[in-house]
Amino acid sequence: MTLTIDEVKNIAKLARLHLTDTEIEQYKEQLSSILDYVAKLQEVNTDDVPELQHALGISNVFRDDVEEQSDESTRKSAIKNFSNNNGDLLEVQSVFGRNENL
Amino acid sequence: MIDVSTLTLKEIVNSLEKKEFSAEELVLAYQKRINDVDEDLNSVLEVSPTAQDDAKKIDKARISGKSLGKLAGVPILLKDNMMVQGWGNTSASQILEGHKSIYNATVVERLKTEGAILLGRTNMDEFAMGSSTETSHFGPTKNPWDKKRVPGGSSGGSAVAVAAGLAPIALGSDTGGSIRQPASLCGVVGLKPTYGRVSRYGLMAMASSLDQIGPFARTVEDVAFLMSTIEGKDPKDATSVELEDTSVPELINPSVDGMKIGIPKEYFLKGMDKDVKKLVMNAVAELEKGGAKVEEISMPHTGYALATYYIIMPCEASSNLGRYDGLRYGYHSTGNSLAETYSLSRGEGFGPEVKRRIMLGSYALSAGYYDAYYRKALKVRSLIKQDFDEAFKHVDAIVTPTSPSIAWKLGEKFGDPLTMYLSDIYTITANLATVPAMSLPCGFSKDMPVGLQLMGRPFDENTLYRIGMYYQNVTEWHKRTPE
Repeated sequence: MTLTIDEVKNIAKLARLHLTDTEIEQYKEQLSSILDYVAKLQEVNTDDVPELQHALGISNVFRDDVEEQSDESTRKSAIKNFSNNNGDLLEVQSVFGRNENL
Repeated sequence: MIDVSTLTLKEIVNSLEKKEFSAEELVLAYQKRINDVDEDLNSVLEVSPTAQDDAKKIDKARISGKSLGKLAGVPILLKDNMMVQGWGNTSASQILEGHKSIYNATVVERLKTEGAILLGRTNMDEFAMGSSTETSHFGPTKNPWDKKRVPGGSSGGSAVAVAAGLAPIALGSDTGGSIRQPASLCGVVGLKPTYGRVSRYGLMAMASSLDQIGPFARTVEDVAFLMSTIEGKDPKDATSVELEDTSVPELINPSVDGMKIGIPKEYFLKGMDKDVKKLVMNAVAELEKGGAKVEEISMPHTGYALATYYIIMPCEASSNLGRYDGLRYGYHSTGNSLAETYSLSRGEGFGPEVKRRIMLGSYALSAGYYDAYYRKALKVRSLIKQDFDEAFKHVDAIVTPTSPSIAWKLGEKFGDPLTMYLSDIYTITANLATVPAMSLPCGFSKDMPVGLQLMGRPFDENTLYRIGMYYQNVTEWHKRTPE
């Protein structure tokens, strides 16, 4: 299976990855050959086979929904990790813009 | 100064108890050794500035007769994807440049409770994506047996550090072989525990249904001992499991008499490396001498494991790595819009292998493809697990090589993703089937270490410890050191 340049560009857009033209060309080749390889799974009959997630089949582990406060230094460090902050405020660009190219 | 180059965890615990040396002396000796030999190896990214003070506190507590933890004063290195509060953990990625961890991973909390001294963080493939530690943003780690060769990956830094005597023990993480394969290529012991045995809280996630944290050491006994300090249920990781029988390594009887060992024919194909095959079969013969019964078994879906893995892993990774948005932590590149900022930060901050896997996962999960790829892979995964369930009705453990070859030259497979992926062919099945698997040294080919892989029933690490301890009692391979 061979991906087209446009398909690769679309995946990059979905994944929010800015890629150079060289990278797009490279990933087109490499992803195509990996997809060729994994296509061999289609040979396997999986009718009535369940999907596997956990060794013990654990699912839906519940806990009480209680709020836990972090200590002040943890809170400050989390803010400090943020790219742009103004005191306790975290600054981001507007999510909805007029010429937004999403 | 203490010669730390070949010390084991057990020897250190004994010597510290007898006050033959102090924890501080030990830390200084390891720090000096890291300074002396790691410039070439590049296995340690950063040495903790507080290690000496932490050791002093343990020494003081010991002198004043306070009760101490099981690892009191024992230095340990951690792979750079485990969070230690205040450390600049990066997963060897540029995208986490400048990030400071704000909390401790559960394994870190447990190590601290037991008095371990966190010595520093080790190099790795970027976000644990790689089999050679060459995708690190901080340059490749070298194999201490031959510095022109790779150490394996992705936990290459931890494997090299233990092999070169820069720490007696280290932790790594294993998603498709990232503990066992470098352990094999560097001549040390490495264990991937059963999925759910060790908490993943505070481990930077790659593929959540496959990732497990596990130990590196020189001996199986040390691996078992270290496991007893980090394993068990953690409320912060809902997939972790309450263990009925936490292993007590000193009570494990290292005998293989009457044990049944399976040799899966699908792992010994025509054209495989002759030396690797010979050394693994020599090890099997050694177990037979000890009274183990060996039989050939069949695991018919083995040939589909790699394809299954290379769907599940990138799908889960592409989702997990969505959190690196260029805003919350690390590398940031401002664009004209929020979407462009995400895209630029991620495009510039991630390396090529990480981007390749995010692309692959995003494609396989995109509308219209989910059933054909991810859901299909989860079903084949069940069939692979069934192969193991079937095998374990007849045998107590499965023996295979850990890696199809010895360590290869730096750069040799770097430009060819599929060839690199094939180096994981013997290790990924244990992750897919969630079973425990351990690699231990079983000889040398062209002066490079070869590893033996033991796989067991879910949560039956003790059987692997028994076989491994027996093997190390009757062989000397694990005592060889590089240089």
